[in-house]
Amino acid sequence: MIVEIVISFFLVVSGLFGLVGSFGLIKLRDTMQRLHAPTKATTVGVGGVLVASMLYLALVEESFSFHEVMITLFLFLTAPITAHFMAQTHIRMRVDRNELPPTQRDFGWSLFDEPPEMDPAPTKDTAKDTAQGN
Amino acid sequence: MITYAIFFAFGCYGLGLLMNLWRLARGPGRADRILALDTMVINVIALIVLYGIWQGTAVYFEASMLVAMVGFVSTVAYCRFILRGDIIE
Amino acid sequence: MLRRLFPHPLLSILLALIWLALVNTVTVGQVVLGGVLGIVVPLITAAYWPGRPRMRAPLMIVEYIVVVVWDIIVANIQVALIIVFKRQKDLKSEWVTVPLELRSPEAITVLAGTITMTPGTVSAMLSSCGTSILVHCLHTDDPVAVRNDIKTRYERRLKEIFP
Repeated sequence: MIVEIVISFFLVVSGLFGLVGSFGLIKLRDTMQRLHAPTKATTVGVGGVLVASMLYLALVEESFSFHEVMITLFLFLTAPITAHFMAQTHIRMRVDRNELPPTQRDFGWSLFDEPPEMDPAPTKDTAKDTAQGN
Repeated sequence: MITYAIFFAFGCYGLGLLMNLWRLARGPGRADRILALDTMVINVIALIVLYGIWQGTAVYFEASMLVAMVGFVSTVAYCRFILRGDIIE
Repeated sequence: MLRRLFPHPLLSILLALIWLALVNTVTVGQVVLGGVLGIVVPLITAAYWPGRPRMRAPLMIVEYIVVVVWDIIVANIQVALIIVFKRQKDLKSEWVTVPLELRSPEAITVLAGTITMTPGTVSAMLSSCGTSILVHCLHTDDPVAVRNDIKTRYERRLKEIFP
């Protein structure tokens, strides 16, 4: 009975979070604001479903499975990368470089400014690191 | 009780898919459409896993794993195509 | 010699564990197969991984993971409340620049991912020299506080993990 309550709780909460994530997608007005909704709410929504599934298979069907952990890890690792790419796409298409704050460094943001010339110092550092690794 | 919770979650994610579809059709920018597609992929993963719980099998995890990977690669490919005009340099 | 055979020991262990999770059974045969994959794959791809990222303070890594997971849960509730209950005209979104003291690419990657997953912030872009990160904030009254929060909460810990 307690098992059922816990599993149902996870399912309901994750369903609500998934719904809120998709709702944010249509409610918010600005693309950068919309980017916040799915990357957060939906990831935990899916995470909740996967936890519920793991509990269900382990406690009700009594067959433990690691697949859910894999899917959760995969989603948590890829969500920031896709969000980063979509933010860059949006900035490239729609944002003027003067709207962004200054970098507080010598060089500008990477979409608008060329990277500095590579000085030989970093390669020397990595060579030293690998020597130490032995 | 679990059955009702599963139906509730089915309803939530189904409604979420409809909202994503609206954003996909409405736009206004390409970044919004990519975002809508990416969210649809995540919602579909949740639906597949839910269906697996409903049926009481672990057979559908391979499917959701594959959908997750294909969704990630396609989102990144689409963004790269817009950013660089090329996918594989 | 040992280094030639195992260019990335952590990667080998990770690959073996992922293989076991993918086949979803732990038998002797699968453990051996996972071990073989864990040795062969880093050997074949060693050319693409020239340096070995240095990490230390395993306890700090555990603490960092606990802090981030807790923040992710809090962040989700906060963002959900903002989405549902805040009216559109009350939302104050801001761009925030976070100058970095971290230098190793691995540490900056982890920090950018953490920022995206935690309260109302998305990391959008690096400066072209890679020493400053552009963060978009969903709703904040005080951008300086957001920046200080990121610096004290995550960057300080990452600086101890990645020397």
